[in-house]
Amino acid sequence: MIGSTIIFYMLALLTLISGMLAVSTRQIFRAAVFLLFSLIGVAGLFFWMQYEFIAAVQIVVYVGGITVLIIFSIFLTQQAGEKMPKQKMNRKIFSSLAAFCGFVLIMIQIMQHSFQSTINTAIQPGIENIGNEMVGINKSGYALPLEVVSMLLLAALVGCIVIAAPSNFLKKGEPPTNKLKSETT
Amino acid sequence: MMQPGLYHILFISTALFFIGMYGFFIRRNLITILMSVELILNSVNLNFIAFNKYLWPDKLTGLFFTIFIIAIAAAEAAVAIAIIINLYRTHHSIDVDVAEELKY
Repeated sequence: MIGSTIIFYMLALLTLISGMLAVSTRQIFRAAVFLLFSLIGVAGLFFWMQYEFIAAVQIVVYVGGITVLIIFSIFLTQQAGEKMPKQKMNRKIFSSLAAFCGFVLIMIQIMQHSFQSTINTAIQPGIENIGNEMVGINKSGYALPLEVVSMLLLAALVGCIVIAAPSNFLKKGEPPTNKLKSETT
Repeated sequence: MMQPGLYHILFISTALFFIGMYGFFIRRNLITILMSVELILNSVNLNFIAFNKYLWPDKLTGLFFTIFIIAIAAAEAAVAIAIIINLYRTHHSIDVDVAEELKY
């Protein structure tokens, strides 16, 4: 039991310190790497709470997908070694003050509230229960939200291609050979 | 050392949320703002899973909310990066102070 407590505090420290460094470092590539460590820490907390499926999804989607996407967009848009310009002291003071005040306010609210836990028997968050509920169409099934989210993801990805494509890529009336030629020249 | 429970995880998720908010306030670069948004979404996921584990372990509602939030966050990151690349192509900078056509 003491080992699990130590692991919890280590994961918490990893998450918070690397999150803090990710928002405060001035080199953007380092910020991306610290963000990666912070997301790994959150995945470790999911493992610690024994929600293995969510932890695996977190590692696959965030650590493997979104961070790589962010790093590629850093490579595409700026010189990775350059430092970002320094922020104004005024802005730094006021934003840290606002964040700290909000944090204290929310923590006071949480500490004053006493949460009532349910008395029903727990069900395992294993793959079988998740799969049965996710595509289930009875009262506790999530088939309709799953379909809506998959349509949203498809529409968002098609929209990304339309937004990010070069402006001569989507012109009508041009045969594809011309398009390729104009892109290579 | 105290045995960690619901309040510890709520502390971590609140701290992570306000770290993301601090980054959202002080950054002027669009990619770093996107990173702060990812931190905020992660803190929300942590919150949902903690409530599901400690308060309502007889249902899987928080777990499904987390899955849908992760899917929508992936879509959001992809759209944001497409917009960033398009902005870089037209303005040669991704500073938020440069993009001000819609300001007035």
